[in-house]
Amino acid sequence: MKIKWALLTIVFTVITVLTGCEPLMVLDPKGPQAETQANDIMLSIGIMSFIVIVVFALLAFVLIKYRASKQSKDYEPPHMEGNVIVEAICVGIPVLIVAFLSFVSVQSNYKVEATPKGYEDKEPLVIYASSSNWKWHFSYPEEGIETVNYLNIPTDRPLEFKLYSYGPITSFWIPQLGGQKYAMSDMVNTLHLGADVPGEFMGRNANFSGKGFAENTFDVEAMPEAEFDEWVEEVKETAEPVTEEKFDELLEPGHLGRMTFTGTHLEFNPPPTGHNHGSSDSDEHSEDEHTEHQESSDSDEKETEHNNH
Amino acid sequence: MDYFDRFAIPHPSPVIYASMVAIGITVLAIIAGLTYFKKWGYLWREWLTTVDHKRIGIMYLISALLMLFRGGVDAIMLRAQLSVPENKLLDAQHYNEIFSTHGVVMILFMAMPFIIALMNFVVPLQIGARDVAFPRLNALSFWLFFMGAMLFNISFVVGGSPDAGWTSYFPLAGNEFSESVGTNYYMIAIQIAGIGTLMTGINFMTTILRMRAPGMTLMKMPMFTWSSLITNLIIVFAFPVLTVTLAMGTMDRLFGTNFFTTDNGGMDMLWANLFWVWGHPEVYILILPAFGIYSEVISTFARRNLYGYKSMVASMVAISFLSFLVWAHHFFTMGQGALTNSIFSITTMAIAVPTGVKIFNWLLTLWKGKIVITTPMLYSLLFIPLFTLGGVTGVMLGMSAADYQYHNTMFLVAHFHMVIIPGVIFAMLAGLTYYWPKMFGFMLNERIGKWAAWLIAIGTLVAFMPMFFSGLDGQARRMYTYSESTGFGIYNMISFIGALVLAVGFVLIVYNIYYSTRYASRDISSDPWDARSLEWATHTPVPEYNFAILPQVNSTEALWDAKKKGHVLFKGEYEKIHMPNNSGVPFIMGCIFFAWGFSFVFGMWIPLILTTIGIFACMALRSFEKDHGRYISVEEIEETETKLRGAN
Amino acid sequence: MKIDNSLPLEYSTEENRLKVLGFWIFLGAEIMLFATLFATYFTLFDRTAGGPTGAEIFEITPVLIETILLLTSSFTIGLGIHAMRLGNKKAMLSFFAITLLLGAGFLGFEIFEFVTYVHEGAGLQTSAFTSILLTTLGTHGAHVTLGLFWGLFIILQVKKRGLTPETANKSFIFSLYWHFLDVVWIFIFSFIYLKGMM
Repeated sequence: MKIKWALLTIVFTVITVLTGCEPLMVLDPKGPQAETQANDIMLSIGIMSFIVIVVFALLAFVLIKYRASKQSKDYEPPHMEGNVIVEAICVGIPVLIVAFLSFVSVQSNYKVEATPKGYEDKEPLVIYASSSNWKWHFSYPEEGIETVNYLNIPTDRPLEFKLYSYGPITSFWIPQLGGQKYAMSDMVNTLHLGADVPGEFMGRNANFSGKGFAENTFDVEAMPEAEFDEWVEEVKETAEPVTEEKFDELLEPGHLGRMTFTGTHLEFNPPPTGHNHGSSDSDEHSEDEHTEHQESSDSDEKETEHNNH
Repeated sequence: MDYFDRFAIPHPSPVIYASMVAIGITVLAIIAGLTYFKKWGYLWREWLTTVDHKRIGIMYLISALLMLFRGGVDAIMLRAQLSVPENKLLDAQHYNEIFSTHGVVMILFMAMPFIIALMNFVVPLQIGARDVAFPRLNALSFWLFFMGAMLFNISFVVGGSPDAGWTSYFPLAGNEFSESVGTNYYMIAIQIAGIGTLMTGINFMTTILRMRAPGMTLMKMPMFTWSSLITNLIIVFAFPVLTVTLAMGTMDRLFGTNFFTTDNGGMDMLWANLFWVWGHPEVYILILPAFGIYSEVISTFARRNLYGYKSMVASMVAISFLSFLVWAHHFFTMGQGALTNSIFSITTMAIAVPTGVKIFNWLLTLWKGKIVITTPMLYSLLFIPLFTLGGVTGVMLGMSAADYQYHNTMFLVAHFHMVIIPGVIFAMLAGLTYYWPKMFGFMLNERIGKWAAWLIAIGTLVAFMPMFFSGLDGQARRMYTYSESTGFGIYNMISFIGALVLAVGFVLIVYNIYYSTRYASRDISSDPWDARSLEWATHTPVPEYNFAILPQVNSTEALWDAKKKGHVLFKGEYEKIHMPNNSGVPFIMGCIFFAWGFSFVFGMWIPLILTTIGIFACMALRSFEKDHGRYISVEEIEETETKLRGAN
Repeated sequence: MKIDNSLPLEYSTEENRLKVLGFWIFLGAEIMLFATLFATYFTLFDRTAGGPTGAEIFEITPVLIETILLLTSSFTIGLGIHAMRLGNKKAMLSFFAITLLLGAGFLGFEIFEFVTYVHEGAGLQTSAFTSILLTTLGTHGAHVTLGLFWGLFIILQVKKRGLTPETANKSFIFSLYWHFLDVVWIFIFSFIYLKGMM
């Protein structure tokens, strides 16, 4: 038995040491959306730790108190059916916890699906992020430039990513700015992000997409607005234009380094026409015929609750 | 030569060639052994043609253990590859094939047969029946599962393994991005095994609804039977969805249809939706029987009746209902919008309530009990804390906004391993140890068993706890490598060590089987654990007719009442017993299905048509067959009973 | 085998009762199977990708004939089971035979319909819509085809072995299956054809 306890101690020491390391990326947010999510995560870890401790304590208590070796030989455990009050408590407390978490969860859902809080009065920067095996293409239609595998963004300005894919489903994820969303081939998803502070962040495709998936990453650099504008100007002056042939070449499966172009592929290779409900201002898409059907992609009678336009 | 090219592995490596040789040698050794010891007749008469639920259960069990080791070896390779940054042990394609195989094998060809094994062996005994409702169909179920599993398992040496993950999302799994026949194997092998499972569902629902011993009303059924009933109900409603989904996937790959393609109107998200409409209930198909096993084990070794029987049943019904309403939580990030995500977020977290009720009921069963810690009980007691850890992280994942950060990361991987291993695997190992004496007539060694339990529990913690951290640190799942600068190295190294500890635990279980087979005493009673329900009321080994006289039941714990309150279980005289005949047709049909599946995978149309005709010919044969079973005479019963009573 | 004479022949033994219940559960699974197909159909029905739409290819005449044939066959098999309960083997066999003939007629028209679709450029591979349309109809058609063989085998058995608890049970279960196919067809008729033509 001693060895087992020793092993257990090692396990818990290791876990404690691990938590003491530098902050985990998701819990070190640099933008309002990531902060909402990190707060939710910390809150739920807190509540869940409470539940875990209660269960562990109860288990330890019954195990210590009711071991056969601690009882007299002729002790006969009683026959007990359920007790309404006890069971009501067992249902009631989890219901309360779940209700509270649901409340938080619903609120956060609307937060992460809208322009980041505190950024509402600013003009959003729209960036089309499309993936192909195994690269990311970033088109800045307003600025008229396009990059491959790296993303420069201004701080303190809402970012509206339009996500789609040339090929398998991928997932656009910059952990420190906010959670991920799918990029798919037949519709455009919208992801709202924002960066509070300048810095370099890791971005990647999080959804398995074949052989080159592990290296399907991109660099994100957030910089003050003025610096960003400077960069745009510089690109416009120095970069080659992206042509149709060049873009088709880029779409070939493989890995590419960082690349920069003027113009965007949106002009000759427009994004898919479908839209999903990713946008807070979904009204602007509601005239879109496709929306309803893309959404009702479930297979049960319960479709009704899914088709909430 | 071109024709044969497709059977070649597209991406060979020395390991695969070594496996080919190993498979060849094993097959030859088995054939030679059977011939040398003249066991072909025995094998055919006693096993391949059997319709006895106990033997079918044991065959399921053996298959499940074999598959556990197949999936386990895959797991070790995966963890070894990731143990250090930029490792060159496996390349991307191999890694992809291995994790896809690992997932399918563990869920569909290990966990499923494991629970069906226990259901097969235990349920008829527990309800005091002589067999299942349709014994022959039961044999067919097994052979379909087995042939499906075999078909899937040969993929890595003939034509290539599936490489699109166990979820096989389109368009990645379409012809364009998954060129080898691997995904065909996935579609067709699971289809064959799935049909077998569906028939098991129908069979066991009928059995439990109609064949209970006199006096056993629904609310007097033991908890494992209840959990089996609910599980089979979910199987009947969920598996047809899988059947259709796989059929559509197969047609997309082989007949050029456009269900999930990226052009001609196909919809890739449809696969994800349909897959998880089956896939989420599937999770509960696995976990509910496990809960049933824990209920039996905990109540037996707390020496108390199960606390809150009614709320246990109610919570299972609630779980089965909710399990069909949560599938979209597997892709909160697909962009359905805040409202849809909120609805599915709430239904997901709601499942925590009935699950919590069950945990509290087990704790309350231990309360005022007289707890004896045997190996099965040790698994159950380790299950409660570990599963709680896994379960609460499930609630965290259910918060959809936060899920944007957990999705597709190691956090998710940690979560489902922390629920499936303590939830399902511990239960199956507890069930294996608990029912072993009933199956084989001797006990497994307790000392080795407890060591294995501790090692597996510690291994689980060490292997999967670090993943929660690496996930939050941005490690996506299914990455075959990572650079040193990411800092994931330490977590993955610890995970690898944990995986090794787990492996040692599982090897100890095998050693225990070997050790106990050699040294354990055969002189055990029919009720070695001092248990409470009917499966322990018959002899060990169980006679083929299970009970000479059908038991009379008055409560959920009929045997306990018989032992403590003088309840009389067996009233009346022996009567002749009707039993089904053995049949070779299920096995033959299974073999034809294997050939059918193999032809389908490689698009060999003529063999496909021939085998299809063969399958229907077997069914026609069955329709015309006159098989009224046979009777065991009273004299035979008396003889068997006297012999068995003497043995005890 | 214990035969309980107070019950209809098809329910008279425990084994028969088990089979009927088992078959009902199987039909539950079949409902899920078709429900999945229908749900997929509703999801994909306007994704024609430039190919023909439902309104363009559906024609009311063959569909109506198919419907009438199948509905009548469901009625005649009901009569067949009634005759079986009365112990009238000859009438039962005739009704079963008529049922199968009607079923074969249905199948003939359906094959004709499929051939027309393919000629009109609505093949299995044309679009997501045609894929799911032909798969749904084809799944139902395959069920009918299987039913024709099954029914034929039952007729042969009843003819040879007479009305025993076993053959009665088989016939009854077959009638459940046939009625079920009819119900599925009503859904196909209403939600695929009528809705598509509107």
